[in-house]
Amino acid sequence: MSKKDCTPPNFSRRTILKASAGAGALGLGLTGTPYFFSRKAWAASFRNDPGNAASVKFGFNVPQTGPYADEGADELRAYKLAVKHINGEGDGGILNTMKPLALKGNGVLGKKVDYVTGDTQTKSDAARASAKRMIEKDGVIMFTGGSSSGVAVAVQSLAQEMGIIFMAGLTHSNDTTGKDKRRYGFRHFFNAYMSGAALGPVLKEEFGSDRRAYHLTADYTWGWTQEESIKNTTEGLGWETVNAVRTPLGAGDFSQYITPVLESGADVLILNHYGGDMVNSLTQAVQFGLRDKMRNGKKFEVVVPLFSRLMAQGAGENIKGILGTTAWNWSLQDEGSQAFVKSFGQEYGFPPSQAAQTCYVQAILYADACERAGTFYPPEVIRALEGFEFDGTGDGPTLYRAADHQCFKRVLVVRGNENPQSQFDLLKVVKEVPREQVTYDPSIFGGELGPYEV
Amino acid sequence: MDAILLQILNGLDKGAAYALIALGLTLVFGTLGVVNFAHGALFMLGAFCAVSVGKLLTISAKIKDESVTFFDAYKEVPYLEIWWGDTGSMIIDYAVPLSILITIPVMLLIGLAMERGLIRFFYKRTHAEQILVTFGLAIVLQEIIKAAFGANPIPTPAPSAVSGTANVGAWFGLSGDISYPWWRLIYFAFAAVVAGAVFAFLRFTTYGMVVRAGMQDSETVGLLGINIQRRFTVVFGIAAVVAGLAGAMYTPILPPDYHLGMDFLVLSFVVVVVGGMGSLEGAVAAGFLLGILQSFASMNEVKQILPGIDQIIIYLVAVVILLTLPRGLMGRKGVMES
Repeated sequence: MSKKDCTPPNFSRRTILKASAGAGALGLGLTGTPYFFSRKAWAASFRNDPGNAASVKFGFNVPQTGPYADEGADELRAYKLAVKHINGEGDGGILNTMKPLALKGNGVLGKKVDYVTGDTQTKSDAARASAKRMIEKDGVIMFTGGSSSGVAVAVQSLAQEMGIIFMAGLTHSNDTTGKDKRRYGFRHFFNAYMSGAALGPVLKEEFGSDRRAYHLTADYTWGWTQEESIKNTTEGLGWETVNAVRTPLGAGDFSQYITPVLESGADVLILNHYGGDMVNSLTQAVQFGLRDKMRNGKKFEVVVPLFSRLMAQGAGENIKGILGTTAWNWSLQDEGSQAFVKSFGQEYGFPPSQAAQTCYVQAILYADACERAGTFYPPEVIRALEGFEFDGTGDGPTLYRAADHQCFKRVLVVRGNENPQSQFDLLKVVKEVPREQVTYDPSIFGGELGPYEV
Repeated sequence: MDAILLQILNGLDKGAAYALIALGLTLVFGTLGVVNFAHGALFMLGAFCAVSVGKLLTISAKIKDESVTFFDAYKEVPYLEIWWGDTGSMIIDYAVPLSILITIPVMLLIGLAMERGLIRFFYKRTHAEQILVTFGLAIVLQEIIKAAFGANPIPTPAPSAVSGTANVGAWFGLSGDISYPWWRLIYFAFAAVVAGAVFAFLRFTTYGMVVRAGMQDSETVGLLGINIQRRFTVVFGIAAVVAGLAGAMYTPILPPDYHLGMDFLVLSFVVVVVGGMGSLEGAVAAGFLLGILQSFASMNEVKQILPGIDQIIIYLVAVVILLTLPRGLMGRKGVMES
């Protein structure tokens, strides 16, 4: 045998690349063909389709830092509990009380639920980056969370772009299910319009119709819509709005905004702040002696249109006697609320906040919708959620309205408890306002949901 | 008139914090020639000394909360209250003022360790390198605090006896009902005492006299056989204590978080520059001046004419002052002009 015969064929790098590209194309054609000819199979190949995997992943995108971090921590606790209950662990929580219910306590469509977490930092850009990571890197089938409407609006449009359902956590701006609503976004929490509608009659009863209001407002979407909704309500009662001042989110020291209130001739201060901001602004308003003042012959009053037990805890003594609205409170006696409080209390040693309740219910509602739809395919899950009527989740009879993806349920008007019976007994329910009184025409806020298929 | 008095008072407490931080900054710059970007972190560390004292005093026992029936709830009762009843509660109530006793030695130690361990190696280096290393140090300190205490502001209330308001209007014989929180007035008085003590130390003690001489000409003082370097190290420690005290006492005004130092540092640098590099009196005067101006710029009447002015007023004033007085209000010739 000559030396030449022993030489291997002259494969250059280029030849090998060409050969592999050709083989790849052939392979793709062969394996891909059936999908092109089967509409159902093609339609089912959606982003992050779990396929035959034994588990699906939920993304919990909550503020672990920033002014809403306390709410975020409680949201995360609630989500973990929801995952347990969906997977058939623990006492089942509201799976024992929710009607109708398709979940069987064996995960979703037979697949165990797993989760990843992210920190929104209460900032829209960080929240979007974190959600994007969950979708692209972790492969979540749905993501949920957030304690800021700015964040909710930002990640909701990401959800629409990427075709992954977003179940909003604590977001109260009218815009979330108004002008910025999206087909892939759903909100269980109530909104600023509903706060105004619920609070109005109580404000009139308590403070009369001749008042002068001064607003301090967190300068982002939620603050703006709450200010507008409460202004519309109070002006409807005959109150005059003296001034409305915007404050930066996370301002910390509000003294420079509070001192002018005393000189403005106002006799009611309305704090459109939430979370850490509200704790600081209310504490400083009390430090500056606002609640001890008489103005226009009346006692000076402070109103916090949206507040929660967690904020009441942070503000301590200062919250006593202050009126506001809340979506849900642990002291409610219906069986759904009690089942959730019992599970949460046994797990963590304290009762859940309203942020925890809305997040817990959102996770269960999504899982249940998949079960009812019989698929994880987002357009079908969306259809299962749209117009869904249910009860037993702690909110009374509830409707997920198809027109704007807003839940309609009762709203609570609460007051900071003057005589708490326990360390958690911080809010006293003044009035349970029925769903009919807070329902509105979806067209008033405009916006377009967008397509099912993306 | 009432509104003006209130805005002046508002400016005084913020100005007091700026002044104390700027005082330490300019002291370090004047003696060691170091531009210390970690100085804001010292303010933040001081605040966390107060937080730590509060946490130590409220180490609690978990006791079952019998009022919650349908799950096992526990409430935390501080051991001090269990052992000493009302006396224990009172000690907890006074956590912030008591923290001064801890803040002074802790901050002195931190200051000395910082100077001996890191800063001294950068005396002969350029200002750019000093800024980089101290800025890096500030980030490291921030992250340590974040890891230990979390990222969220920690409410640290003032003693209940001084958590109300003082009727300031009556003091000035004004008819209006002008009240101002006691703690903010106390903070202003405290800042004045601390700044006064630093000035007295530098002006009326031999030690201070040598330091001042060293600030003018450290080489000549060294030739006289005085270990000026050691004194400068002590001055660095004093600057750390001043920043730390300012931070500890500020906690009831603003719940501290790990980022507190950075928020104040940038403005404090502006204060130093406006006051004049190396001028202690200038730093204090500019601190109060800019604090009050910022407060006035936040008035609704002003913002209606110039929206957003409250966010930029300090920088605007800095630009105007530096254009008209390039060395700042009380800057000395030759400082940072080489």
